[in-house]
Amino acid sequence: MSEQAADTGEVVLRLSGVVKTFPGVRALDGVELEVRAGEVHCLLGQNGAGKSTLIKVLAGVHRPDAGDVQWLGERVEFSGPQAAMKAGIATIYQELDLVDYLSVAENIYLGHEPRSLGFVHKGQAARQAGELLGRLGHGEIPAQRLVKSLPAAGKQIVSMARALSHSAKLIIMDEPSAVLAHDEVGNLFRIIRELTAQGIAVVYISHRLEEIREIGDRVTVLKDGRTSAVNLPARSTPTRDLVSRMTGRSIEYVFPPRPDTAPGETLLEVRGLGRSGEFTGVDVDVRAGEIVGIAGLVGSGRSELLETIFGARQAEAGTVVMNGKALPPGSVAAAVRAGIGMAPEERKSQALLLGQPIYRNMTLTNFSSYASAGFTNAGKEQAAAMRVADQLELRPRDVNRAVRTLSGGNQQKVVVGRWLLGDTRLLILDEPTRGVDVGARAELYQVIRDLAANGVGVLLVSSEVPEVLGLADRVLVMREGRVVREAPAAEINEEDVLDLVMAGSLTAATTEEVAA
Amino acid sequence: MSVSSEEKVEAPGGHPPHTAPAVAKTSWWKDEAQEPMRRNLGLVGVLLALFAIGAFIRPDLYSNPDWVINNIMVILTQAAAIGVVTVGMTFVIIGGGIDLSVGALIALSGVWATTLATQSFGPVGMIFTAVAVGVGAGLVNGVLIAYGKLVPFIATLAMLVAARGLAAQISGKQTQISADQFINSLATTRIVGIPLLVIILLAVAGLGWVLLNRTTFGRRTVAIGGNAEAARLAGINVRGHTMLLYALSGLCCGIAAIMLTSLATSSQAAAAELYELDAIAAAIIGGTLLSGGRGTIIGSLFGVIVFSAITNLFAIANLPTEVQNMVKGAIIVVAVLLQQVRFSSVTQFARRHGLTRAKPQT
Repeated sequence: MSEQAADTGEVVLRLSGVVKTFPGVRALDGVELEVRAGEVHCLLGQNGAGKSTLIKVLAGVHRPDAGDVQWLGERVEFSGPQAAMKAGIATIYQELDLVDYLSVAENIYLGHEPRSLGFVHKGQAARQAGELLGRLGHGEIPAQRLVKSLPAAGKQIVSMARALSHSAKLIIMDEPSAVLAHDEVGNLFRIIRELTAQGIAVVYISHRLEEIREIGDRVTVLKDGRTSAVNLPARSTPTRDLVSRMTGRSIEYVFPPRPDTAPGETLLEVRGLGRSGEFTGVDVDVRAGEIVGIAGLVGSGRSELLETIFGARQAEAGTVVMNGKALPPGSVAAAVRAGIGMAPEERKSQALLLGQPIYRNMTLTNFSSYASAGFTNAGKEQAAAMRVADQLELRPRDVNRAVRTLSGGNQQKVVVGRWLLGDTRLLILDEPTRGVDVGARAELYQVIRDLAANGVGVLLVSSEVPEVLGLADRVLVMREGRVVREAPAAEINEEDVLDLVMAGSLTAATTEEVAA
Repeated sequence: MSVSSEEKVEAPGGHPPHTAPAVAKTSWWKDEAQEPMRRNLGLVGVLLALFAIGAFIRPDLYSNPDWVINNIMVILTQAAAIGVVTVGMTFVIIGGGIDLSVGALIALSGVWATTLATQSFGPVGMIFTAVAVGVGAGLVNGVLIAYGKLVPFIATLAMLVAARGLAAQISGKQTQISADQFINSLATTRIVGIPLLVIILLAVAGLGWVLLNRTTFGRRTVAIGGNAEAARLAGINVRGHTMLLYALSGLCCGIAAIMLTSLATSSQAAAAELYELDAIAAAIIGGTLLSGGRGTIIGSLFGVIVFSAITNLFAIANLPTEVQNMVKGAIIVVAVLLQQVRFSSVTQFARRHGLTRAKPQT
């Protein structure tokens, strides 16, 4: 029936030639999209392909620089999220935007409470909320419950009820399954089917091909901010076709060549590392002079793994051995002493003192080593920071400047540079090029390769598969907290990795296709 | 003045222009690094204004240089004990916390140091007791906050209530007279014309300045208050250091307890009431960021002196204390407003009106 809708339903939303640029980035570069009433339209694309920006354009958060957005047959330009909501477009973000300490009903009617003379009709709100929840097949969720006490699946249902309360005709769901357990996904799909049966259109974003095959009607694929394919049938398009349209991105990645020399002795040995709900049974080796890359989706446990190796999270199972010595779990200080450094995922919130000068950020881990009898030596610190700034070609090369004033790429150099000052033998990099423009990326790649050439072991995670494949000597693919594949970078390609990351083994997907 | 400093902070040349980010030139008035200096000059301006008002109201007194110098010493002496506490408070706030228990800890330290039993050990025993009680109670705060993961506000609020209770218990709600001549003479001693209590304040502030700006302890404090997660991931022992900050605040309370005991030649459980609010207010108008990561000892010192000078002026002018408190409240608000306006107004205004480039979001 929804297949039918995809062909015959009335077109509710049509985008043509939508462009959105940010300084230095052309996030959307001519996007086409057509969504019909009653269909589940899937958006597919790698990280950085422009999915998030597209969603934000639809939700009224961003205004497109060029192009046409037609909603219900009329050209529209939303002044803000409220306007989009009013027009009937609701968005359910990955991080659900609910207020924890308000009740279910209060959340559903937040901002448009049934009221007269400024007084909220609590009873009426609760009753109507109950009806909406009932329509979603979850009448059992009490409208008076605090949202805080609901599990992730329950919160998602509240978000959907809120969308219904605005009489949404289009609901955008940004990776809704990412926060759900397996059995809850089935329930989500049942709700989506009921919504579409009522003529509501759903734009569904997911990295998991199996889900797209099960729930989707049509697929639009994004690559480099452009639509590389529109309106493919979700069920019958071969996996190879979908993956190939997402890959081969044209971003000019310039990777330094791999050296011919074999890596040195083993620096890091991780065995059976695990934390419940995050990852299990992970084995990783990193040798001196070797770059090991981990590919995986957000939520695959990759960042958690890195933080656990570094001691920022306490391991529940397994061992981390550095230079032949076992590290105590949950101790960053011990990891640093053993020669491990980490550039965390969130540069600003996890790594930098933004208002402080560059040199103080660089010496954050080892300012004590320049001090005598507890008195800091700013002169020595500045000189040391200056050496690193020269080595990394930091711009501007003024180590007294506040880190806040630097570009993303130079801020990342400060974080990496911090570990060059100490005796770091293993460097852990979590998303080293996030928010870094193309030119600075190439420089960072060279910095990382140079470090390896000097005998430093590097363990890095990136959401961008080409980056992992281009930079690393050896690649680990993680999915749902497990390492599902390990191979030399030369023996694995982007499509293989994407396939492993998104849908399980390629053979499984092929059999499905045969069955379909 | 602004012209010459503009030249001084010009961006370093020698790299391609397209890579030079953000500000190339910053005037002295907008340079964030100069903010403490601007603020301190502002507070000096406030002090001069207060002086001018005093001279206007009581020209008879202010025309007498001896009286003026003596009055300045009175202002500083009144600021001494609260100033010492504010130095500790400044460390705690820069480190990302807050200590509401300082007034209560002064009372507890003072009462404990003036029991008959403690007094029998002489002045050294009394001073040691006051400091030990302050540090010990501060450590309890620190352990609760750093290892018990209590919110600083709650932990030190509980300590405020409990320490006052314990002080009342120990003293039997009586005022305890200090019979120790040495302790009592501290408040009346002058060295080259400067009261000893003022010298103690300047010494504590000087040590605090060195500790904050020149030692690894100070560096850790700023790092933890500025970004606790970054400090943790840099291998800094955030919890251990946080605990020490509250112990340091307790130490300052112990010192202040001896100073107050000496001034009053007695101690009681109700001593130093609301000192926590005065200390926080002084730190804030001195430019310490309540969210942590930034602040100066000199600013806090000026903050304390401004409050003390206002109290003094109202006494001289025979104005009611009610008005005085209203003026203090207004000063706090104005100081914080200035802080926000100076820092963020330029950048935020520009951002809001699309004058600067927004962050790319992908």
